[in-house]
Amino acid sequence: MNDLLSRFNKAFESKARLNIMSVLMVNDVTSFNDLKDLLALTDGNLATHLRALEESGYIAVEKQFVGRKPKTTYRATEAGRIAFTVHLNVLEAFIRNM
Amino acid sequence: MNESREHLQTLSDIRSMMERSSRFLSLSGLSGVSAGVIALAGAAVVYMRTGLSSYSGSYYGSVGNSVSRSAADQFFVTVAVVVLIAALLSGVFFTVRKARRQGQSVWNQTSRRLLWAMLVPLAAGGIFCLVLLLHNLLWLVFPGTLIFYGLALLSGSRYTVRDVESLGYCEVGLGLLALFFPGYNLLTWAVGFGVLHIVYGLTMYYKYERSPA
Repeated sequence: MNDLLSRFNKAFESKARLNIMSVLMVNDVTSFNDLKDLLALTDGNLATHLRALEESGYIAVEKQFVGRKPKTTYRATEAGRIAFTVHLNVLEAFIRNM
Repeated sequence: MNESREHLQTLSDIRSMMERSSRFLSLSGLSGVSAGVIALAGAAVVYMRTGLSSYSGSYYGSVGNSVSRSAADQFFVTVAVVVLIAALLSGVFFTVRKARRQGQSVWNQTSRRLLWAMLVPLAAGGIFCLVLLLHNLLWLVFPGTLIFYGLALLSGSRYTVRDVESLGYCEVGLGLLALFFPGYNLLTWAVGFGVLHIVYGLTMYYKYERSPA
């Protein structure tokens, strides 16, 4: 049991981060505003979680301009997809073992 | 045990987030019902004015009485356009209302994708049917609208509730069937846009919206 626990990914500890990864697993790219809408988080809070995931190398950020407005979009990296899948598998194994 | 329940909750949260972010789920069943009722009303108006058989293939190519025929055609096209606009407005109204109640925005990534997926087949179908009208092939417009509308639903169903897919298959099938029975054009049209929408809308409403008693 402890072995399973130790394999829980620290990067996905918070519910917000899990939700961000869930969205990016099924959508190629998602903008900051769409994420904010879906997760119902404040700008600052969301930005913090996104930065943490970016620093882990699990998501990639792209900034571009639409007209004069900056638009920030996010996508899951290959490493992020693998890490998230592993995390889900551990969760599943954990539940099965109970 | 408690922990296990927590993990189960996490998994179901993840699942719902994946679904909510990739599909537009605020589509209201009442939109379907209202669109169907409006379409049936439109079909009834046309029927009272011109009768059931006026849009059959049998009169395609007949020369006599062409003045009253083109007047009837014009009347039908006017009714169809009014029905289309009224059905769209009522559909948007109920869907916006549902999204507001769920505390979700109407204009987001999923609704944009849904609209775009439907727009291409709808635009192609619209132009196709306009050209049919231009060539005086009104009887082909009935199956044409059904088929293209069904294809638009099939294309859009990837971005919304899955049930839309079944509605799409029914519309395409009915449209193809209508090609073989041109005498019943007004009837198949009323079934496709009226009855099917009402059945679909009520199914959706009872499946997803009515709070369990």
